[in-house]
Amino acid sequence: MSARKIRVMVAKPGLDGHDRGARILARCFRDAGFEVIYTGCHQTPEQVVAAAIQEDVDLVGLSCLSGAHRVLFPRVVDLLREKNASDITVIGGGIIPEQDFQMLYDAGIKAIFTPGASLDSIVDWIRTNIQGRD
Amino acid sequence: METTKKICAGDVRSASRLIRDLEDKLPQARPRLKQLFPHTGKSFIIGITGAPGAGKSTLTDALISEFRKQKRTVGVLAVDPTSPFSGGAILGDRVRMLRHAEDEGVFIRSLATRGALGGLSQAAGDAIHVMEAMGKDVVIVETVGIGQQELDIIHHAHSVIVVLVPGMGDEIQTMKAGIMEIADVFAINKADRPGAKQLQTELASLLNTSALPPSAWRAPVVSIGNLYEPAGFAEQTAELAQKISEHHAHLLISGQLALRMERKALMEITDALKACILEPVLNKLIASGELKNITQRVKNREADPYTEAETIARRFLKSGEIS
Amino acid sequence: MYFSDETQKKSRELTEKWQHDVQETLKSNPDQKERFTTVSDLDIKRLYTPEDLTDMDFARDISVPGEFPYLRGNQVTGYRGRHWTFRMFAGMGSAQDTNARWHMLLREGQTGLSTAFDFPTLMGYDSDSSRCLGEVGKCGVAIDTLEDFLALIDHIPLDQVTTSMTINPPATVLWAMYCAAADIKGVPLAKIGGTIQNDMLKEFIAQKTFMCPPEPSIKLISDTVEFGAQYVPRWNTISISGYHIREAGATAVQELAFTLRDGIEYVEDIIRRKKMDVDDFAPRLSFFFNSHIDLFEEICKLRAARRIWAKVMRDRFGAKDPRSLWMRFHVQTAGCSLTAQQPYNNVVRTTIEALAAVLGGTQSLHTNSLDEVLCLPSEQAVEIALRTQQILAEETGVVNTIDPLAGSYFIESLTNEIEEKAWEYIEKIDAMGGMIAAIEKGFPQMEIADAAYKFQRQLESREKIMVGVNKYVTEAQHAVPLVEIDEKTGEEQIRRLREVRRKRDHRAVKQSLTDIRTACKTGANVMPYCISAVKNLATQQEICDVYREVYGEYRDPGIY
Repeated sequence: MSARKIRVMVAKPGLDGHDRGARILARCFRDAGFEVIYTGCHQTPEQVVAAAIQEDVDLVGLSCLSGAHRVLFPRVVDLLREKNASDITVIGGGIIPEQDFQMLYDAGIKAIFTPGASLDSIVDWIRTNIQGRD
Repeated sequence: METTKKICAGDVRSASRLIRDLEDKLPQARPRLKQLFPHTGKSFIIGITGAPGAGKSTLTDALISEFRKQKRTVGVLAVDPTSPFSGGAILGDRVRMLRHAEDEGVFIRSLATRGALGGLSQAAGDAIHVMEAMGKDVVIVETVGIGQQELDIIHHAHSVIVVLVPGMGDEIQTMKAGIMEIADVFAINKADRPGAKQLQTELASLLNTSALPPSAWRAPVVSIGNLYEPAGFAEQTAELAQKISEHHAHLLISGQLALRMERKALMEITDALKACILEPVLNKLIASGELKNITQRVKNREADPYTEAETIARRFLKSGEIS
Repeated sequence: MYFSDETQKKSRELTEKWQHDVQETLKSNPDQKERFTTVSDLDIKRLYTPEDLTDMDFARDISVPGEFPYLRGNQVTGYRGRHWTFRMFAGMGSAQDTNARWHMLLREGQTGLSTAFDFPTLMGYDSDSSRCLGEVGKCGVAIDTLEDFLALIDHIPLDQVTTSMTINPPATVLWAMYCAAADIKGVPLAKIGGTIQNDMLKEFIAQKTFMCPPEPSIKLISDTVEFGAQYVPRWNTISISGYHIREAGATAVQELAFTLRDGIEYVEDIIRRKKMDVDDFAPRLSFFFNSHIDLFEEICKLRAARRIWAKVMRDRFGAKDPRSLWMRFHVQTAGCSLTAQQPYNNVVRTTIEALAAVLGGTQSLHTNSLDEVLCLPSEQAVEIALRTQQILAEETGVVNTIDPLAGSYFIESLTNEIEEKAWEYIEKIDAMGGMIAAIEKGFPQMEIADAAYKFQRQLESREKIMVGVNKYVTEAQHAVPLVEIDEKTGEEQIRRLREVRRKRDHRAVKQSLTDIRTACKTGANVMPYCISAVKNLATQQEICDVYREVYGEYRDPGIY
């Protein structure tokens, strides 16, 4: 019997196409031994949530650089809840001013990583917070 | 029992979780699949294979649309390679199928190739069963590329589509991999590119159907042009779906379907045997370090692999410690 | 031969002696690191000497300003006659908000306008589309109809100020609005000047703002080139952009090579499709580059860009008009070089990058504001950024002489190296059958993704340094005031849009959309029909929906 493989999804909700960070993270997660679902740019929250559930991921990492995170991130959490999938952890990244952090945490985003966050710190966070889920 | 009911009712969460548990080889997963098994066997299973970059995902996406127009529900299993270095994988096939993301009649699941022990075929077979139990009318399995592993997966399918692209030297690769023989329908994708005519001619001469009895299935060749000429592309992919349906009808009428089901069952038993005999033996030998020793001795010509294997087989089969 | 035999001989002797000294010194004082590289990871030597320029020919490779190969600039008088255009990219909230920011910038000495649109506008959606949740007015100005556009250019003298519009898939629509607005204000089309970015290839490669597939996207671009050549001669109808390619993680060489290969693709397409003579449109092609933090690499990249383009236009396309051989470009300092940590340091970075652009001979410049990595730029931050350019132009003396670094062993050698590496890429893409074929294969996308990942790994291992991020990190906060767009902006915009939809002549709108559809199907130039449609108050999404309907939609292939 082997150990649970961590499965994550990297998603870009909204209209911005700045996917440099998202694509780097997808590769980084692969190199950390995770299975990564990458869905490209311009996703609606509905598409993100449907894919997350079909793929049974442990975690959804949202990336948004357009300023629409205040609306889009909480929407993803809400939709997961509606679909009875609140056990899927949602984290976020992108250009997110610190003053928005609390609002996003309150909405159910578990962690926020902004420019300059090291890849290792993100991988470590996932390993610490995702292990043990079944 | 609860899980079985939910999956048979089409519950996506339970289904995707069970596929995951089976992949991760959780002990509670196999018994659940056993319970599901009586509910499987009713879906029409299509395998799509072809070299990386041939456009398999794009064609899968188009086929989903066609089957949905016929009000048939669809399951898709998209296989992507696992990195041999990290054990991780980027599963990106579903990007090309995003427009179906919110359609409740479509269930798309990505699968990484994972282990080196050849468990992929069983993992794929398991996932197909779960989709069958969900009641999907059609299940499409998309392979990584062309190779032995793919060939095994493809045996789970009733109809096999081989995707070729002009100018990629595919035809030779395909022949080598022995896929020509198992193709039921050929799709020449990106047929607007130079070399398409030539590929068609070559394919026709390779197929050389003249010796076949009149009732035999002759694998049709469908040319599909530029994805971005929407009208033409839609028409050509509709033709592809049509040819696949014709093949399905042929299987039913000719009695070939029973043979394919048999082939599939044989495959599943073989996979299951590997999983319950070979895998535990190998795992134990790896864990105890014995495999390494044997490898060294064989390398140094102190032992031969055949005797070693026989010794191991006798030991484990007698002791019964393989399950 | 660039140097005499004697000089070279002497140089060899002295260099050998110096190398010996270096080896001796290294025994007791080793270097701080193994490799010394540019930000793009090109290896840089400890010293450059005449030997690095052995194969150079002065007349052929360097020459003088205004002469082939235009390495030293297009203008014979350099910056003495005229500085580069101070052109700050600005746009936020409503058309009125942005108009106010524009007037502030003009008051402060800006010499050209540059428009940032919000994502719904960039993607061809109206503000009330369900795709635009939370996006309206956030990253730029929201423009749905000609009414918004007229508010945007209120009291802007269109015959005196040139305006750049960063707009791609809906470029025909927004440019039609500009033309319609000029017409309404009584300014002849021949008098208006500016630029539409209108470069779809780099969208597929890097920036990911796309709508229709490559082929019809390029067709629409060729329509604007044709229309511009006939009726709007002072307009730059494509701004072939490397900026976004670089921001996506490309190296300097990749930025240069992919951008120039994009340019080649457009020129080939316009000649083939529109049967135009190259000299009838090439002078209106403009370029747009990034200026990153590696001072010398950027200067050399910009110099190499001019030389490659001149050769391409002369040798590949047989252009005769010297203006066709000129590469005119705008530069923006690198957004990706800025840090959210210790944001005031960004002023210093931007200054160095702006200096590189000027020493590289740019015609136009945007300097990023220190807070752009956090939010939309505040008025104060924009002012500092604009002043940075003005200080460079007025105080530092860097404008006194043309191409001041020419002839430097290092600069010329690095310029040559970057040019050679760019040609390798260009030839590789030629062999693939051109840029569209390469994009379909995912080639440039993967090259950029590889470079971006490598750089990130180098940051993690501290092989590359970003101050405040992986070295000299402090816990101290350097707070900057953040600009926020009121969520009400979106509601207001939607209200205005619905008001326009209610009051306009519906039959006229319907007819103009039908005309555009017909033009799309027959292959006629869409520009005249777009101008009538926007005058009839068709919304930009309505026009873009016609494109989507006829041409199909392009979706992100998700290459990683």
